[in-house]
Amino acid sequence: MKLDANIPNGPIKDLWSIHKKSLKLVNPANKRKFKVIIVGAGLAGASAAATLGEMGYQVECFCFQDSPRRAHSIAAQGGINAAKNYPGDGDSIHRLFYDTVKGGDFRSREANVHRLAEVSNEIIDHCVAQGVPFARDYGGLLANRSFGGAQVSRTFYARGQTGQQLLIGAYQALSRQIAAGTVTMHTRTEMLDVVTQDNIARGIVTRNLVNGQIESHSGDAVVLGTGGYANVFYLSTNAVGCNVTAAYRAFKKGAGFANPCYTQIHPTCIPVSGDHQSKLTLMSESLRNDGRVWVPKTADDKRAAGEIPEDERDYYLERKYPSFGNLAPRDIASRSAKEVCDEGRGVGATGLGVYLDFRDAIARLGKDAISARYGNLFDMYQRITAENPYEVPMRIYPAPHYTMGGLWVDYNLMSTIEGLFVIGEANFSDHGANRLGASALMQGLADGYFVLPQTLSNYFGQMGATPTRVEVNADCFIDSEKNCNEHVQRLLNIDGSRTPDSFHRELGRIMWEHCGMTRTAEGLTEAIRKIPELREEFWDSVKVAGSSQTLNMALEKAGRVADFLEFGELMCRDALARGESAGGHFRAEHQTSEGEALRNDQDFCHSAVWEHVGDNEIPTRHQEELSFEAVELATRSYK
Amino acid sequence: MTDYNIHVWRQAATDKPGYMERHRVTEISDDMSFLEMLDVLNESLQVAGKEPIAFDHDCREGICGACSLVINGQAHGPETTTTCQLHMRSIQGTDIYIEPWRAAAFPVLKDCVVDRRSFDRIIQAGGFVSVNTGNAPDANANAIVKEDAETAFDSAACIGCGACVAACKNASAMLFVSAKVSHLAHLPQGNSERKERVTSMIETMDEEGFGSCTNYGECEAACPKSISTENIGVLNREFVRAKVGSTT
Ligand SMILES: Cc1cc2nc3c(=O)[nH]c(=O)nc-3n(C[C@H](O)[C@H](O)[C@H](O)COP(=O)(O)OP(=O)(O)OC[C@H]3O[C@@H](n4cnc5c(N)ncnc54)[C@H](O)[C@@H]3O)c2cc1C
Ligand code: FES
Repeated sequence: MKLDANIPNGPIKDLWSIHKKSLKLVNPANKRKFKVIIVGAGLAGASAAATLGEMGYQVECFCFQDSPRRAHSIAAQGGINAAKNYPGDGDSIHRLFYDTVKGGDFRSREANVHRLAEVSNEIIDHCVAQGVPFARDYGGLLANRSFGGAQVSRTFYARGQTGQQLLIGAYQALSRQIAAGTVTMHTRTEMLDVVTQDNIARGIVTRNLVNGQIESHSGDAVVLGTGGYANVFYLSTNAVGCNVTAAYRAFKKGAGFANPCYTQIHPTCIPVSGDHQSKLTLMSESLRNDGRVWVPKTADDKRAAGEIPEDERDYYLERKYPSFGNLAPRDIASRSAKEVCDEGRGVGATGLGVYLDFRDAIARLGKDAISARYGNLFDMYQRITAENPYEVPMRIYPAPHYTMGGLWVDYNLMSTIEGLFVIGEANFSDHGANRLGASALMQGLADGYFVLPQTLSNYFGQMGATPTRVEVNADCFIDSEKNCNEHVQRLLNIDGSRTPDSFHRELGRIMWEHCGMTRTAEGLTEAIRKIPELREEFWDSVKVAGSSQTLNMALEKAGRVADFLEFGELMCRDALARGESAGGHFRAEHQTSEGEALRNDQDFCHSAVWEHVGDNEIPTRHQEELSFEAVELATRSYK
Repeated sequence: MTDYNIHVWRQAATDKPGYMERHRVTEISDDMSFLEMLDVLNESLQVAGKEPIAFDHDCREGICGACSLVINGQAHGPETTTTCQLHMRSIQGTDIYIEPWRAAAFPVLKDCVVDRRSFDRIIQAGGFVSVNTGNAPDANANAIVKEDAETAFDSAACIGCGACVAACKNASAMLFVSAKVSHLAHLPQGNSERKERVTSMIETMDEEGFGSCTNYGECEAACPKSISTENIGVLNREFVRAKVGSTT
């Protein structure tokens, strides 16, 4: 597997402009001859589809929901970063770049991150022009807040519904192109395979989720914007439909999978209430701006929060990280919560929770001010838990939230399969080992609106005036359709006794226990033993009721769980091979005497890229070495 | 822990007849969400070799707009929230009737899953600002009065679930359409296209087979995001303005 990042030469701050100037262009009259297949209509997919449509390409866009407006991006609450420096607090492109590289614990590619910081400002301009109702101050100008461990206020937000408003902006732009005829939208359609010929992406095979038809779609390039895989843990903050199928099947066709073990556990989620739990709800991180995190000082203290006197409370983040306090980065805040719960100091019925307390903020600012800031989040919390956070502190616990790993891409966002591009959370590129708050929305939109349209045009530009498309009656499509049909039939024919969900739940427990917030060689080895056993049982005894010819949600679920059951093992292998702690990847064997993550730059200053070499074979691990020139490789400290 | 009798709509496909089917679920905790109760039922159906009840859902956080059940005769059930945010502690009685949205413009695809693409087509008719990527001025080039931005937001909070249509006797989509018209009408960005937008969206709404609005107000009562019928007033004004031919 060749891993050439294709980073242009030059000083980092000029790379993107240098690159843009050198990109090949497609003559306007020839553009409509080129056809792009975009899988995914979240922020990344919808923004790419809309922009490529505006440019005049033919776009076919796919999503599994009934409408592109429902992609999981809709659920993002907190905000989107940009280096506008409107508040005048010293922000700049360089600082955003620097913070993102450092936040990622020096495991991302500098050139990509710098570009991200550069285009961040254009995103805000564009979204405002679309009518996205960002928060404004009384003078009518855009408001910013500090978010997720940043020491400047660079986060733009739309109440607690930033993802919704950004996605609706992208959805509307996409709708405009659908009306203009440049984009054809296929909803309730799931991609099952990337079709390749001589390691060139030729199209995809899909299943129509309403009538079960397996169909081929050919194009001159394929783009995956299919989101993250946090649902490998079964319980996560992701929408229940989020899955790894598209990315994993691309991996099986030859796309390298980078850093699958880099997952983000978000510190502020509503704790699990029982076995029936189907998903975890995030409480926006912005709450940490005013809420104080604490647990009782002594273990097994069962008193109600209000009865615990001040000097018997441990505000452990403020104590351990005096300069960042409650705003310490996500990985640190999550791990600290686990530690205090492991010590028996957790709160709530299960003991798996810590307090996020607004008492002092309400006393200082008044209930109205707090309600204006977080009213909808408080309401949501109360609806779910039946507790009133204005009166008793919220209980929170970490939950799987975001996946930094993903398909490997070069500077042009192209995977190791020629003509297969990957954008948004589905790729691995910009967040290293840990993503900072409010930077996933930024990355998804940077990729979709500003980067991919340029680099994809370049890819087409290199083809000359006419594309060399392979039609859907070619062998590569016929073979792939056949495999997909067989896969579906195989799932239906097992006729066992356990539901797909029961396997998913069991896999989730294995992953959470052994590949969650703290990982050890022993635990990972155990998981690598257990997962294949579970997989075998799945293929032996899963029960999928119904037929392949109709809308069959059990069948959809079974297909996704089958992929998670393979992918989970890959994640564990990656976590085992990375003998260091970095960002969200914490290996208990590699920590400082104070319990902080201990990186090993000597041996692991690289991205690990996995290559599929055959079913039931251990994939091959490759490395893309990372070098840090603009930002000095340093120990991350938030003390 | 409570036991319930579940009466649920089953329909194999759009062109097949539907019927109510009865099931029993036991030991349901008050802390479960309504959809988690249905998960429990579906698990047991599958183990018994029966097809699970199909219903749309995804985020389970009340924001994606996918979930869409009529519960005991009310769109999204008894609380002002989405189906996925409803918890069993809010359910009165032990008999629960579950049906899909019912509207000619939302044909049933299977069981409780309906086709809501008519909503997408209404947005495609004009629910956007025509600006290409890369052409935007600096985001702070134009200040927008905070109050206008907030009003625009209130309308833009619509999640497109379709409860307004399901709740309306006429299956009218006026609340949905007016929310989008009003979102963009309150912002300068939406100004230059406001005439075409309102005319074209209303035309498409009629073509899609939604009923007319006769001011029952059920839409607002069922809306999980409390979108106000004041938006319909804005829409009517926009429509008159478009017809009269003034652009201000
Ligand atoms: C609760 C929550 C809150 C968050 N808050 C923030 C925040 O405040 N700020 C921030 O920056 N980030 C936030 N994030 C992260 C951010 O929302 C996501 O990383 C980002 O929206 C992902 O966008 P995407 O376009 O890559 O993927 P998604 O929005 O997940 O879209 C994936 C698309 O791919 C389609 N798809 C997937 N698989 C297939 C297939 N096989 N076939 C066909 N279609 C397929 C889906 O239908 C969908 O259209 C949050 C995440 C969560 C879970
Ligand atoms: S499932 Fe998303 S709003 Fe209910």
